[in-house]
Amino acid sequence: MNPSHVVSSSGKAELQAQRIRAAMLFLIPMIAALVLVAAYPLFRSIYFSFTDTSLSNLYGGQWIGFDNYLSWRTLPSGKTIFRGTLVDPAWWNAVWNTVRFAFVSVTLEATLGMIVALVLNAEFRGRGLVRAAILIPWAIPTIVSAKMWSWMLNDQFGIINNILMKLGIISQKIAWTASVDTAMFAVLIVDIWKTTPFMALLCLAGLQMVPKDVYEASKIDGIHPVKVFFKITLPLVKPALMVAIIFRMLDALRIFDLIYVLTPNSSTTKTMSIISRENMIEFDKFAYGSAQSTLLFTFIALFVILYIWLGKVDLSGDNK
Amino acid sequence: MTLMRNPIKKAILLSVMAASMTSISAYAVEVNFVSGAVGKDIEVFKELVKPWEKETGNTVKVVPMPSSTTDQFAQYRLWLSAGNADVDVYQTDVIWAPQLADNFVDLTEAAKDVIKDHFPSIVESQTVNGKLVAMPLFTDAPALYYRKDLLEKHKLSVPKTWEELTETAKKVQDAERAEGSKDLWGFVWQGNAYEGLTCNALEWVKSFGGGQIVEPDGKISINNPKAVAALDLAKSWVNNISPPGVLSYGEEEARGVWQTGNAVFMRNWPYAYGLGEAADSKVKGKFDVTTLPMGGGNDKSAATLGGWNLAVSKYAKNKDAAIALVKFLASKETQKQNALIGSKLPTIMSLYDDADIKEKQPIIPRWKDVFLQAVPRPSAPTKVKYNEVSSKFWSAVHETLSGKGTAAENLEVLEADLTELQGKGW
Repeated sequence: MNPSHVVSSSGKAELQAQRIRAAMLFLIPMIAALVLVAAYPLFRSIYFSFTDTSLSNLYGGQWIGFDNYLSWRTLPSGKTIFRGTLVDPAWWNAVWNTVRFAFVSVTLEATLGMIVALVLNAEFRGRGLVRAAILIPWAIPTIVSAKMWSWMLNDQFGIINNILMKLGIISQKIAWTASVDTAMFAVLIVDIWKTTPFMALLCLAGLQMVPKDVYEASKIDGIHPVKVFFKITLPLVKPALMVAIIFRMLDALRIFDLIYVLTPNSSTTKTMSIISRENMIEFDKFAYGSAQSTLLFTFIALFVILYIWLGKVDLSGDNK
Repeated sequence: MTLMRNPIKKAILLSVMAASMTSISAYAVEVNFVSGAVGKDIEVFKELVKPWEKETGNTVKVVPMPSSTTDQFAQYRLWLSAGNADVDVYQTDVIWAPQLADNFVDLTEAAKDVIKDHFPSIVESQTVNGKLVAMPLFTDAPALYYRKDLLEKHKLSVPKTWEELTETAKKVQDAERAEGSKDLWGFVWQGNAYEGLTCNALEWVKSFGGGQIVEPDGKISINNPKAVAALDLAKSWVNNISPPGVLSYGEEEARGVWQTGNAVFMRNWPYAYGLGEAADSKVKGKFDVTTLPMGGGNDKSAATLGGWNLAVSKYAKNKDAAIALVKFLASKETQKQNALIGSKLPTIMSLYDDADIKEKQPIIPRWKDVFLQAVPRPSAPTKVKYNEVSSKFWSAVHETLSGKGTAAENLEVLEADLTELQGKGW
């Protein structure tokens, strides 16, 4: 055996260990930052949900176990009454609103985003300009766009009603954000307007990864464009699309700002984040609101796990 | 937890020391004042503080907030819980005192010479366990605004009851629409699901003889036939004499419809009077105000007691200057100015006989009786739970008005919810 080889072998192990140490050293700042800004608030919030903390007494909460989630006691008459978030109809209404909102908005945004991306993927003059222009709704801060839309949707002075009336589509002014039938619809319109560009951009990135020669081959074979889309384009952009959808879904499940500005307090659009904030701050039930945020966190976590598992989404990026 | 506590205590202590030091050395300081705003409130306020700024050399920085009292409250509670030292003076709603009392400075000592000039009922509403939480700035009681030109044109009298109002509004609205004013509505008010709806609905219920949600002794009274009748009538307005969008209106949205000449009646606070008489208003000189109607055969109308007060934050940097500012703003001279330029109702009794006010703001002396009979919201008996009580009440009303369940059903559920919320006691 070559002595130098022996040395290098033990030196290799040494080097490996050194590398790991260096890596750990480099990771420490990031881990520390994550613990500070993500883990600590998260666990603190979960901790609060098991106490009777209130905003006026933030540091004096007593441990009360699962009472914020569910508790019950039997009355002298033998009747059992339940308390807590898990039996609160307002909470389940919010859950249902959130799920409905997330499902409808993400479906429509993904579809529309795909269409827009297909258009933008085509070669035409001024494509760069259009690509930049389409991002404008996404670039406007949500508060600003929500306020802007709330004026546009105003029943008396709003431009939407004005246009629809002039075109003769509606005969009577619609109170978009006030009526229980249209409140959710109004929120959906604004959200779709705002986030379709984002979806389009992610889809476009996926589309541009598709090799051109596949299309040329299918063109030579004379395959119908619709078939090309479903058999070639869609399967090839699927990984990118799945990641885009999960990003949007996470966003949609914790929707807050848009609804807070557009239709605050309307029970048909109250989502989980809205109701949790309401309890924490307005009703001085900080712990109860924390329990609701914890449930929201659990809900989103479960959803992501399920989505990745069922959809076989590859978030790590190394395609096998 | 003690780790967290001490620095905060220290910070408070330091800021108190800093505040007292600056006042001793008489340096000019900046006092931060936070207030919600409707109409031209901020402009008026800047005008009001000018003399004080000139006299003391201090400056007042106004931080404007949204007009919705519900939104303001949420923000203030967060700031106060965090011990925010950036804001010195808060403009507080009449209903907040019991909920925020611990965060404000006791003004009893500072106000002892002047407090007896104010209406005792207002002072009482701002006193929690013997501590004067805030000094009254102005009081509020809503009015029924009506278009005297339209009523004269159609030879109708000013309605005394809600039933008459419904009928009159319908008649004028139909006749005017037939003549081409397509956007005209009979009656606008505040129907969005927020504190304002609690005020509106409390007036309907109380003026029908249906009590005041939770009585002063803590008894929950809302589920009764008179309250049901009141809400049923209000439900009949939506999309009939009131635009369907009224269910998303706050004060400013209602005023928008009114001031563009598109409403026959409006329920609003006195601030809308001055603005309605402004040069750019389409209803200038065409309207008048009266007390809110009564209903259901009851013989007493009801106006919800509103009003705003000034509180000094316990965490304020410039406490002495802040207290001085509060005293200045609550003083007779400033309240008179506020009445003259902002059409705000003074809280000082003698101002209702003031000649200048009588001449320039004739609405104000007429308002003394209205507001003396005003109904307080149940913030005193329900204490820290008031916000939740109010939210449950406005939600039940909002659902009734938008057709989710009948008044009878929703009030029954509301009663059960409130009983549960009350628990062993408020």
